[in-house]
Amino acid sequence: MSTTILLLTLIFPLVGTLINGFWGKHLSKKVSGAIATLAIAASFVTSCIFFAYIQGSQEPVKVVLFEWMKFNYFTIDFGFYFDQLAALWLLFITGIGTLIHLYSTSYMHDDENFSTFFTYLNFFVFFMLILVTGSNLAMMFIGWEGVGLCSYLLIGFWYKNQDYNNAAKKAFIMNRIGDLGFLVGIFITGYLFHTLDFVALKEQSYLAPTLGIATMAFFIAATGKSAQLPLYTWLPDAMAGPTPVSALIHAATMVTAGIFMITRLNFLFDLTPDVQHIIAVIGAVTSLMAATIALVQNDIKKVLAYSTVSQLGLMFLALGLGAYEVAVFHVITHAFFKACLFLGSGSVIHAIGGEQDMRHMGGLRKYMKVTYLTFFISTLAISGFPPLSGFFSKDEILLTAFHHNIVLWIIASLASILTAFYMFRLLFLTFFNNFRGTKEQADHLHESPSVMTLPLIILAVLAAAGGLISIPGNSWLNEFLKPVIKNNTASHPHVLGTTEYLLMGLAVIGALVSLFIAYAKYIKNKQVPVNDNNVSGLQKLFVNKYYLDEIYQAIIVQPLNFFGSFFKNQIDGLINGIVLSFGRVPSELSYQGKKAQNGNIGLYLFAFVIGVCGLLYYLFMCY
Amino acid sequence: MEHVLQQIGIDQYIYLSIILFSIGAFGILYRRNAIVMFMSIEIMLNAANLLLVAFSNYHEDANGQVFVFFTMAVAAAEVAIGLAILVAIYRNIGSIDIDKLKNLKG
Repeated sequence: MSTTILLLTLIFPLVGTLINGFWGKHLSKKVSGAIATLAIAASFVTSCIFFAYIQGSQEPVKVVLFEWMKFNYFTIDFGFYFDQLAALWLLFITGIGTLIHLYSTSYMHDDENFSTFFTYLNFFVFFMLILVTGSNLAMMFIGWEGVGLCSYLLIGFWYKNQDYNNAAKKAFIMNRIGDLGFLVGIFITGYLFHTLDFVALKEQSYLAPTLGIATMAFFIAATGKSAQLPLYTWLPDAMAGPTPVSALIHAATMVTAGIFMITRLNFLFDLTPDVQHIIAVIGAVTSLMAATIALVQNDIKKVLAYSTVSQLGLMFLALGLGAYEVAVFHVITHAFFKACLFLGSGSVIHAIGGEQDMRHMGGLRKYMKVTYLTFFISTLAISGFPPLSGFFSKDEILLTAFHHNIVLWIIASLASILTAFYMFRLLFLTFFNNFRGTKEQADHLHESPSVMTLPLIILAVLAAAGGLISIPGNSWLNEFLKPVIKNNTASHPHVLGTTEYLLMGLAVIGALVSLFIAYAKYIKNKQVPVNDNNVSGLQKLFVNKYYLDEIYQAIIVQPLNFFGSFFKNQIDGLINGIVLSFGRVPSELSYQGKKAQNGNIGLYLFAFVIGVCGLLYYLFMCY
Repeated sequence: MEHVLQQIGIDQYIYLSIILFSIGAFGILYRRNAIVMFMSIEIMLNAANLLLVAFSNYHEDANGQVFVFFTMAVAAAEVAIGLAILVAIYRNIGSIDIDKLKNLKG
């Protein structure tokens, strides 16, 4: 396998970034968008070539460009490791990335910073590719930080709105907390095993006493990037960014980085079952919590954002149960249907002229046929209706949970039933009944151009058919990932007995019941959600997102602000006074001395004579 | 018979010098007219010259008198420059009262 092709995969997006970054302002929008899209498409082609290779030969490729850092007892290479896991991520990053770039060329068409947008987007893809292909933890960290930076830039892309800037800062700071965990994990791993290289780690790792701290630190990093409790609050706010960004970064790719990292380090996590247990519990709890919040959101993108958090929680549940390939499966199917849903919501927002509140939508089915159909398919997929992709992946997670821990299974099942409800609520409120917006908006309604609907159609097809890669009992994905995952026999229930079919049936019935409740509520009775201020009871708790933001505000932000103002006003003033007083003494002395020089020549002469007399007196009388 | 000047002791010359120098010094301190101050400086200069000549004679050494010649020549040059400066000052501020010369005040 030629390493040039592999490196080209990484280089194309970087070239796109550089062209749009340096000359973007001089290029027309068409050229600028075409360059960015082609750069990712080229990466997709090389990814496919690599995928075909590794599917056949099973041999991972390691490319070391140069020795990056050298310490006493270990070195860090600037290298890339292309294996089965990286291949999967490469495929869907560049594949979905191409579709979203294509979509963006139309969606962002009226934006004044068109080329800047594509610079950031290409840059993001570049860092994401580094993250998934880095051959050691330090390389992965480069990508990890890079995607965080691009996420920040793109959330705050419409920088003239201060709320959006705040959302961007929140995302960045929350991610920093996680990144600190990543660094601690790197340090402990390097200290224990004297290497950061994934291949070497896989062979050399053993259960060291402090390994639990390292894996826990890595998990904290994952909670930051992949929006889990307690660091998830940035993701819903991140919806401030343009919708394609939400689709690419905050649904399909970047937020799955945590799952990728844990899957990469599966051999370390397998050694620390306690941490795995924490991961499973946090995943399940996050999943249910985010699903309940999504029930009462009225912003179309916020519903999808909480849905993403909830789905990521399910993936972490699978990771925590040691079913890495199941988590990866759900990552892939989720990337398909969630990207489709986000792009669909973007299409809707585009049609209504920026409106995101579902209470002002409705009836769009008549105006936007393609968007409606693709959205409907993706909704069915995420709700877990057979035989769409979400059914297979979600059911495998539920089955795994059922075999390990019945409580986790109940939580996860509840979350997935709620998923069906809020997704159909979203669908019915947006596309059914009559339009509830203003007259002007109603006249403006139109189907999006084909550049935007084409990605929707492709993604909807993938969302429908994506489950084929891992059909229970005959899973291509499990076979493919075998070399990556060390203990891969431990988790997966290959045998499909009566219990399994019963559980599947239960899940489907749960989703159907949700569908009918949503149908009765929002189509038959034509209910529209009330104002957020008029809710009560449990609903109020959900609307206020369990007061998590308020709690963070009270226990972290406010004490920090207090300390900040204390040091600024008191300590800083004190130190400043001391330092300044050193300067003030000579200044005061010279000010007094200056008065002697008053310009009166008589006085100068007088001083001169006195001085001469003094000198003479000294010379003659003292010797 | 000795010359009458030689009958006067060295003490008297020293006293005369001191008196002349003091007159000059006080003139500098108390007068504000630049020309008068200039004259006072000349008096002090000549007090020193007188002393040099007196000691030269006393020690029977001609070096002192050579010094005085040089001093007088330098003083002449100094007067020429000094008076030119005074004229320039007068043209600028219309007065030679040194109390009005405060432009250099810091």
